[in-house]
Amino acid sequence: MSVDDQIHDPADVESVQAGAMPLAVQSRGASVQSRGASVAGSVLPPLAVGVIILGVWYFISLVVLDPKRRFLLQPPHEVWSVGFADWDNLSTMLEGMWSSTKVAFWGLLIAILLGFLLAIVMSQAKVVERAIFPYAVVLQAIPILAIVPLIGFWFGYGFASRVLVCVIIALFPIVVNTLFGLLSADQGMHDLFTLHKANRLTRLRRLMFPAALPAVFAGLRISAGLSVIGAIVGDFFFGQGEVGIGQLLKRYANRLEGEQLFASVILSSALGVSVFLFFGWLSGRLIGKWAGESRGR
Amino acid sequence: MSQSPLSFRNVSMTFPDGTKALSDVSLDVAKGEFVTIVGPSGCGKSTLLKIASGLLEASSGEISVDRDRIGYVFQDATLLPWRTVRRNVELLAELHGYDKEERVKLAEDAIDLVGLRGFENHYPRSLSGGMRMRASLARTLTLKPPVFLFDEPFGAVDEITRERLNEETLRLFEQERFAGLFITHSISEAVYLSTKVHVMSARPGRLVASFDVPFDYPRHPDLRFDARFAEICGQVSLALRGAHS
Repeated sequence: MSVDDQIHDPADVESVQAGAMPLAVQSRGASVQSRGASVAGSVLPPLAVGVIILGVWYFISLVVLDPKRRFLLQPPHEVWSVGFADWDNLSTMLEGMWSSTKVAFWGLLIAILLGFLLAIVMSQAKVVERAIFPYAVVLQAIPILAIVPLIGFWFGYGFASRVLVCVIIALFPIVVNTLFGLLSADQGMHDLFTLHKANRLTRLRRLMFPAALPAVFAGLRISAGLSVIGAIVGDFFFGQGEVGIGQLLKRYANRLEGEQLFASVILSSALGVSVFLFFGWLSGRLIGKWAGESRGR
Repeated sequence: MSQSPLSFRNVSMTFPDGTKALSDVSLDVAKGEFVTIVGPSGCGKSTLLKIASGLLEASSGEISVDRDRIGYVFQDATLLPWRTVRRNVELLAELHGYDKEERVKLAEDAIDLVGLRGFENHYPRSLSGGMRMRASLARTLTLKPPVFLFDEPFGAVDEITRERLNEETLRLFEQERFAGLFITHSISEAVYLSTKVHVMSARPGRLVASFDVPFDYPRHPDLRFDARFAEICGQVSLALRGAHS
């Protein structure tokens, strides 16, 4: 094995979440290109696809759909003028977004704390890992819709239940990625710590935890997005208290208010994308210096 | 002989799966002695070092090693990627509970000694293989280990870097006069560095021949072109070939 193989390249750290794509994709060697060319190269292609999507949208809305059925897909400018440019509508949606953001935040926070705790406990002994891991998988495998009634039944139809949905959805990627990360330090480094009589806590703090960070961040990015989904799903089913974006989606769909419905969908996606970008940015800030820069996709 | 910082008496090692790695190995490394073991790959050389360091327990035999502050240079540099060179070099002193001031001083000295001045704030990923190995050496040096184990440390770097690292290892040895046990499969490296070269047979590893290397320290790179140097290399090579069959 060459010395170069020892560089801890986070590009090799795959997020192991079942079904989700590995997200720790790193950009390397991009500095060869001139900055201007690389900006154009990274901005223009997605912009072009965006234009195509808008074109198809217009085409379906104005050409394919009969005017009587146009409410099914309003053209983009209608969505803009009714959904975004009308302050009454927009403020309602923003309030809903804020409510759901709070739910997603608390859900994610609890999932992070719980996930770290579980992963750390599992990393300490194989037998503990074997004991707990199957249940983490079961938790992940339960279709969230199937237990939503149960959650409502037990915890009511308000804030707590919505947060719980987020926790259930967001927990698994954090547990799995953190555990994977904690176990990723190579044997040579463990030997080094053993030789110098490091105790369990020292090993965890100085070796396993830092080694886990690239994978932890990959997990966080997945979970943050899932937590937003959880908040919307939870809100969709548990309507007590503050009106979140899930309730609004339901309301707009029932009233056939296509413009608002579309605007809400776009806003929710924007929230998902921003938490994803936020964790990419945070990861770059905290570990980019040694683990490679995240591209922030 | 019981004074030796490192001594093996009839040490054998059989792994739980039945693989016999070492058979009846006896050797001593005195202070100021640099002993090298050459042998075919997979002969159990690394196992020997793991036993010496206490990472593995031998199946039988007696081992006495001064394991307080043991120096172990791994095959790979094993630097922590999230620490700069300086912080990597400080690691062992940190694990041994030295206070900050002492740690920093030891690290500074070691960084100077291996010629990494100017790279203290670099992260390992921006260093070449040779520089990483130097940082790894520096890390080990901070403890001023009485026993220094080297597990084929320069096997992965190019020939030129390897020769330069050999020079530096020699310089460190001449300066610190530790008891060194070095594993390699390069005969010239072995002869160049050592006071004594042991040849180990293929698995299970046994010491089949030993050669004293009579050259004084400090040694000069030109020694490699000396006729006597070539002769000893030839003898070691011959013994090694015998050990293979």
